[in-house]
Amino acid sequence: MMLLKILFRNAFHNKLRSSLTILGIAVAILAFGLLRTVISSWYSGVEAASTTRLVTRNAISIIFPLPIAYQEKIRQIAGVKTVSYGNWFGGVYIEEKNFFPNFCVDPKTYFQLYPEFVLDLLQQKAFLADRKGFVAGRKLADRFSWKIGDTVTLKGTIYLGNWDFVLRGIYHGRDETIDETQFFFHWNYLNEVIKKRSPNWADKVGFYMIGISRPDIAPDVALAIDNAFKNSLAETLTETEKAFNQGFIAMSGAIVTAIQMVSFVVIFIIMAVVANTMAMTTRERTGDYSIIKTLGFGAKDITILIFGESLVITATGCIIGVILTFPAAKAFGHSLANYFPVFLVSAETIYYDIAAAFLIAVLAAIIPTRHAIRIRIAAGLRRIG
Amino acid sequence: MTDQKSTIVEIRNVYKSYHRQSLIVPVLYDITFDIVEGEFLALMGPSGSGKTTLLNLIAGIDKIDKGTIRVGDVDITTLSETELAHWRANHVGFIFQFYNLIPVLKAIENVELPLHLTSLSKKERHLHAEMALTMVGLAHRMDHYPGEMSGGEQQRVAIARAIVTDPTILVADEPTGDLDRVSAEEILSMIERLNAEMGKTIIMVTHDPRAAQRAKILRHLDKGYLNDDASQNPL
Ligand SMILES: Nc1ncnc2c1ncn2[C@@H]1O[C@H](COP(=O)(O)OP(=O)(O)O)[C@@H](O)[C@H]1O
Ligand SMILES: [Mg+2]
Repeated sequence: MMLLKILFRNAFHNKLRSSLTILGIAVAILAFGLLRTVISSWYSGVEAASTTRLVTRNAISIIFPLPIAYQEKIRQIAGVKTVSYGNWFGGVYIEEKNFFPNFCVDPKTYFQLYPEFVLDLLQQKAFLADRKGFVAGRKLADRFSWKIGDTVTLKGTIYLGNWDFVLRGIYHGRDETIDETQFFFHWNYLNEVIKKRSPNWADKVGFYMIGISRPDIAPDVALAIDNAFKNSLAETLTETEKAFNQGFIAMSGAIVTAIQMVSFVVIFIIMAVVANTMAMTTRERTGDYSIIKTLGFGAKDITILIFGESLVITATGCIIGVILTFPAAKAFGHSLANYFPVFLVSAETIYYDIAAAFLIAVLAAIIPTRHAIRIRIAAGLRRIG
Repeated sequence: MTDQKSTIVEIRNVYKSYHRQSLIVPVLYDITFDIVEGEFLALMGPSGSGKTTLLNLIAGIDKIDKGTIRVGDVDITTLSETELAHWRANHVGFIFQFYNLIPVLKAIENVELPLHLTSLSKKERHLHAEMALTMVGLAHRMDHYPGEMSGGEQQRVAIARAIVTDPTILVADEPTGDLDRVSAEEILSMIERLNAEMGKTIIMVTHDPRAAQRAKILRHLDKGYLNDDASQNPL
């Protein structure tokens, strides 16, 4: 149709202005997409959480431990399938900047409870058999070029001293959303050393991970566990893994909020830029629109012309921005692998991009359209002379 | 001239003023006259006398304050904005001083544009537009954009666009005002031919006596008043 022809050609008529506007939109969409990806990778732990796992911790705070003796009691509660446990170790490899998460866990139950960490059976056996053995994620092992059988020394920050471990297994994620940068070793190894150093601190775990049979019984099981330890020395707080992980993010919530706000500010700025471009181009075309109206076309046609032009420009910028987001996220994720073990552009982020672009296009077109429709033909034609 | 011809435009006691901030600026006072079918009328007068305003009123792109304008059998002063747009599409061909072609459309597409408001098929639209361009001698420039054509050529495309819908009246506002002498003569001859050979009713605003010479009837506007009775063109 002729109107489409006009609006497409209008969109690219002023080449410099269109290119700059499209470039601006592409960069804004790119920045928006990356910021959204930062946020979603922040939440990736929450998203990856299983609905059939609970986490039990000390009711006072995560920094206080629970007795290992609770394991048996928890196991007897109806609905509980597996009970595993672990401690945050907080070891440093050579220097601080090499940060990766490291835990001591119960080697017998841990990989059973976390099927998303895929570890081959032979390596699982080797890990179980070696008191000083550890398992690392594939990305982590790659990062430091660790091979099976290598000895790796961590410097304890909570449990002081140098701790030697032998790499017995390398797990990989079930899919690409799974963190492959973690480090697991035997809870027993840590506990034996603590027993010698300060017996009061021995036989304690940081948290229990509990596998349940069905997601819908989670609230009941959690309540049953917490009730079982009511009025004991260490009361418990049990929540779903998702809620537990969310608790960690809540601590850094202010940063997430700030990033979120910046991402919206980016969209807001580009909206102003596109609105300005549209105002300029439509002002220049006041005469064209008046002629089109003179010939008998109506408000609907003018609306199609201006909204269409705005959409064409914005969609072009959006497509370029989205295409650029993937390689950019890859590079970005690569250099920030320590902080964001999972840095993937989600489908949701792309939908956000498209929604943002659509919003920009529509808001930028409203005022120019109103103006072009309202201006009387005779007045619009006089502008030409 | 025979007086047998029917009246095609009937203007009765038309007043028009503009509002400039709080000020009311009267532009036309009590204008009354008729235009008969097949007439070639030149509306003359000094700059600012209200010629464009009057032409716009007759062509249905501006609203009067008082009076009536009847074109054919329609009182256009009673039409709504939408009805008026529809009426213009069917009954009026426009020629402007600055051609007013759509710069992003080729010559043929500019001529086809008004046909998109008709029920013609794509093929018919193209055929009609091609015929109109042939009539103004520009069939060979069909695929050129306005920016690639001279002023005279652009005005010929505009004429093709004005006649392609076979309108009841043709209005032309200073059609030669932006052209050199030679092109202006060309355009005027073309308009003259539309009147003489095709019987088109033409209302042309101009303050150029050379252009007015071509018309059959002259009328003068001065400071918003219709100055005199219609005079037969002395030439
Ligand atoms: N939209 C408008 N608002 C206010 N005054 C106007 C407007 N259009 C025309 N005028 C005034 O009306 C008068 C007649 O204008 P116009 O019809 O264009 O004259 P002409 O075509 O004879 O030069 C002028 O004084 C002009 O300034
Ligand atoms: Mg004028």
